[in-house]
Amino acid sequence: MSSVDARPGSAASVEKPRVAFWNDPEKRGYIFQAVLLAAVVYFVYSAADNALANLQKQKIASGFGFWNNTAGFDIGQRLIPYETTSTYGRAFWVGLLNTLLVAGVGIFFATILGFIIGIARLSKNWLVQKLATIYVEAIRNTPLLLQLLFWYNAVLKALPEVRDSLAIPGGLFLNTRGLFVPEPSFGPSFSWVLYALGAGILGYFGFSRWAKARQAATGQIAPLGLAALGLIVVFPVLVYFLAGSPLSFSVPELGRFNIRGGVQVYPEFVALVVGLTIYTAAFIAEAVRAGIQAVSKGQTEAAYALGLRPGPTLDLVVIPQAMRVIIPPLTSNYLNLTKNSSLAVAIGYPDLVQVFTGTVLNQTGQALEVVAITMLVYLTISLSTSLFMNWYNARKALVER
Amino acid sequence: MKKVLMSFAIGAAVVMTAGAASAQTTLEQVKKRGTLQCGSNTGLAGFGVPDAQGNWSGLDVDYCRAMAAAIFNDPTKVKFVPLSSKDRFTALQSGEVDVLVRNTTWTMSRDTSLGLEFGPVNYYDGQGFMVRKKLKIASAMELSGASVCTQQGTTTELNLADFFRANKLKYEVVTFATSDETIKAYDAGRCDAFTTDASGLYSERLRLTAPDDHIVLPEIISKEPLGPATRHGDNQWFDLVKWTHYVMLTAEELGVTKANADEMAKTSTNPDVKRLLGTEGNFGEAIGLTKDFGIQIIKHVGNYGESFERNVGAGSRLKVARGVNALWTKGGLQYAPPIR
Repeated sequence: MSSVDARPGSAASVEKPRVAFWNDPEKRGYIFQAVLLAAVVYFVYSAADNALANLQKQKIASGFGFWNNTAGFDIGQRLIPYETTSTYGRAFWVGLLNTLLVAGVGIFFATILGFIIGIARLSKNWLVQKLATIYVEAIRNTPLLLQLLFWYNAVLKALPEVRDSLAIPGGLFLNTRGLFVPEPSFGPSFSWVLYALGAGILGYFGFSRWAKARQAATGQIAPLGLAALGLIVVFPVLVYFLAGSPLSFSVPELGRFNIRGGVQVYPEFVALVVGLTIYTAAFIAEAVRAGIQAVSKGQTEAAYALGLRPGPTLDLVVIPQAMRVIIPPLTSNYLNLTKNSSLAVAIGYPDLVQVFTGTVLNQTGQALEVVAITMLVYLTISLSTSLFMNWYNARKALVER
Repeated sequence: MKKVLMSFAIGAAVVMTAGAASAQTTLEQVKKRGTLQCGSNTGLAGFGVPDAQGNWSGLDVDYCRAMAAAIFNDPTKVKFVPLSSKDRFTALQSGEVDVLVRNTTWTMSRDTSLGLEFGPVNYYDGQGFMVRKKLKIASAMELSGASVCTQQGTTTELNLADFFRANKLKYEVVTFATSDETIKAYDAGRCDAFTTDASGLYSERLRLTAPDDHIVLPEIISKEPLGPATRHGDNQWFDLVKWTHYVMLTAEELGVTKANADEMAKTSTNPDVKRLLGTEGNFGEAIGLTKDFGIQIIKHVGNYGESFERNVGAGSRLKVARGVNALWTKGGLQYAPPIR
């Protein structure tokens, strides 16, 4: 464009100048984008085509036909029914659920432990603060794989053999096979207890909304803790006894090799959860510490000046502001924990990587397909976690007026 | 992470090297490189294990040394690539190794859908169980309710499931990626029984903290023909792999040993011996080698019987009897087609 055309108010600026399309930056941009897109599509297509041709030439099976074939191997821990005669597809779901289980339980405990350690690092108690610092530094600076091996071997070596199982009061047994806990069996009228629990939770939410509105209007504070106890704990328990205690346990018994009955919690699972929790908690603790320290001291002082005690100050002033800083790094720690759970392969926990990219890949020999599916699964899990945490972050973010 | 990298390697190899792999035969590549890349066990006494100085020995290791002797007239020109049972086929498919001699069971699906060729069986094996003596078990049929440690990505894993299913016994399986982790978990008491090929049981037992506290049960629950594998499609290379073993078998049958090979080559009038040692005919040429390849193998590595005794037989710590691995003339299964 010439400087004459650019002058405001001139006729030429309203009417578009006639220029050759290769001189028009906008059109040129479209052309470049199209060429790049074509190149990328061609690259992906030719790579896939080439791979298929080469696999065919080497007589390596390809495609996803293996999915419905009989697997023929066994898996120790399974959340859904699985037999030797089940398909590879079924084995995939068993592995995926095991991964999700360990990730979910790990995230739960790592969050709790991480917050405790993070706050302990800022404690005024010298000993607590130093212990927390040592924990964070020692755990963060050693490889996770080593820690997992340590926990697995520590857990195994310390436990007695089956015959000398530790009997824990309440029908629990502990030995090298893991922890055996009584298996609950629910009577038909147990559903009433669940309904009561659901109703209690709904009732509590309704009450807390009402209490909030009342507090905003009148300044009166309602006893929320008491309400929670009554509605969520006492009410269902009352219903449970009214329905005639419809819950019984099948207690594990010591057999020749193993323990019969009950639910078995495998030592591999325990070691993996402990390892992942302790490792990730150290990182979460640092995120929490950073978040709390990011809230300027003036905020606390202002709260004190208004007459708030230390508890409410932390609750109402510091933590809500700290959360804004904590949530983004917390998200990436959750993702890391989920991805790190694939180290399960080293300690024999049948997660997705161990079952699917381990045994299934080996029995079928279809590396490209199996690895592609596994990467897609981890991508999906990570993106879903990110989406959720982004939504949560947006809710917690500073609302500017 | 190793397997993921490996899978990338095969992916990259398959995707990128459209022509490179097929332009040269495996033998040409090996000759150009100057060493044979041999996929071997990460450490299985008697079959393939490195000592403290990194010198490899074993029955499978001897196979690779024999091939190097045939190609280069030098049994040391081998690079051993230790592979876990999970990674081994990918490594072979992607061209990381030229041949896989790693106590690998020949099965139909591996032969037909993995793009592999299986060579002659250099050890006939079968799967067994090891348990602690104090359990007072005499048979695998008494293992109902037991937990069993095994290595992942093996035929063992499948046979185990078949055995317990066929006999309607209950069990719990714990699988590990490497043999080290498997035997360690068994040693720590995680499992009642440890299962692998019978030969492997004897050599793994040596690694336990108290080997004498454990016994191998008498049942053999499967057929495990162990042999070398190569990539599908290079027939000349496959021939070379096959005939390396047959030369060693023929030498044992004809009484040619590491010590007397030179002598026999000069003096023997037996036409079979002459063809074996290359003083008559030119059989090496057809597989891209010289006519001396037979005598080179025997001079450097010895015949099959010598290798067997040295690594797994009476001359070793394993003390495995020849059994079905004896020559066909002595009631075993080892039988070589004639060299003519």
